[in-house]
Amino acid sequence: MEKHKPVVVVGAGPAGLCAAIELKKAGAPVILLDENDKPGGQLFKQIHKFFGSREHKAGTRGFTIGTSLLDESLKLGIDVRLETEVVGVDPGLRVWAVRQRASSELIEASRLILATGATENALSFPGWTLPGVMTAGCAQTLINVYRVLPGKRVLIIGSGNVGVIVGYQLMQSGAEVVGIVEALPSLGGYGVHTAKLARAGVPFYTGTTVVRAEGVESLERATIAQVDGSFKPIASTERTLDVDTICLAVGLTPSLELSSLAGCRTIYVPELGGRMPLHDEYMRSSVQEVYVVGDTAGVEEASTAMEEGRLAGVHAAWSLGYMSDDDMKERVDETKQRLNALRQGVFGQKRFNAKARIIQESQLR
Amino acid sequence: MNSDDERYICRCEEVTEKEIREAVRAGARTVTEVKRWTRAGMGICQGRSCKRLVERILAEELGVSPAELEPSTVRPPIRPVSISAINMEETRERNDREEG
Repeated sequence: MEKHKPVVVVGAGPAGLCAAIELKKAGAPVILLDENDKPGGQLFKQIHKFFGSREHKAGTRGFTIGTSLLDESLKLGIDVRLETEVVGVDPGLRVWAVRQRASSELIEASRLILATGATENALSFPGWTLPGVMTAGCAQTLINVYRVLPGKRVLIIGSGNVGVIVGYQLMQSGAEVVGIVEALPSLGGYGVHTAKLARAGVPFYTGTTVVRAEGVESLERATIAQVDGSFKPIASTERTLDVDTICLAVGLTPSLELSSLAGCRTIYVPELGGRMPLHDEYMRSSVQEVYVVGDTAGVEEASTAMEEGRLAGVHAAWSLGYMSDDDMKERVDETKQRLNALRQGVFGQKRFNAKARIIQESQLR
Repeated sequence: MNSDDERYICRCEEVTEKEIREAVRAGARTVTEVKRWTRAGMGICQGRSCKRLVERILAEELGVSPAELEPSTVRPPIRPVSISAINMEETRERNDREEG
């Protein structure tokens, strides 16, 4: 019986946790799998305050949101399996999970909710493989989770939110941010986060890129240069900075592996990170039993990821007969309203339009 | 590592930009073909670091946008799994019993 098989949620970040919570509340059997030894995804690395309206916990720090989601999942008694990597899924919705890297398990799912997040993009330049060059998320994990300072003099590549937030947190941890480099002519992050660094006197280099990194054993110097109209560095503008750390904050790419294995069709949306699975207004992929939520369905923020997780959780519960039509419609409508509110403003509008395009495209096929 | 072309793209398998460009010039048309040709993306991270970089080079060489490239093929297991962890026998037996 389909109804008695569990809904399997992959990834216990904000999106996956919210999906599992909605399913459990509706009475559906649910298993939440995560590769890490602790749930919460990236939330516990987010020590800054979130944006949005009050319902979106604006002004609340990421790890506080993480703690309250964990409390709720514990109270509901959700079956959370940690240190469990999902390495495959077949068209029959059998999920191949590996526990503690030691033993495999096949779980037959009635519905699959993929909340597998995104991967940080790399940038290749001569010397980028030297120790000391890392992604911004890596630096954030080192300082906020392991309490290790990766270096003393840091150059950040990319002025988006990730770059400026991690830059500020590195300063708070005792590092000097030598500069923030942005290839585009204007800065990419929210004003509030950018202003914190600007007030501290951190130089921003717009229309600039990193040309090379040098050092004997590890990173010692970085050379930056202004770029021309086709983003090629102009040699006469080169300048060299003494740095021991470079943080790459040049965007994220949705993790596509599992949705591809499940047979979900994809769409290329540059504004949301590149190629990603198509989804409808309920976050359902082109495979009716598979939902995609959070960054894997287009890179946005933890707040939108939570709402997408709720949408999928509610819809999956309804599709299995655990929720009435009226309840489902009501919950979907209120969740969509909150999602729309989160996709407003200069930054939000672009994401709103991109999401609308994805949903429209999913209806055409 | 002085020349731009000699920078690494796939650090797991130590494949350089030059090798990837050569593969494309010799006929590779997709990320999967570049992977088979050069091993770029076949290492421990399974292309999580280099896939986008390979796509960019491929698109540049072919004169198309990355959106036009064929998505790369995915096969399970999507993470490195030790042979000893693939103890599917037990599961298979149980499934057979249930079906039988």
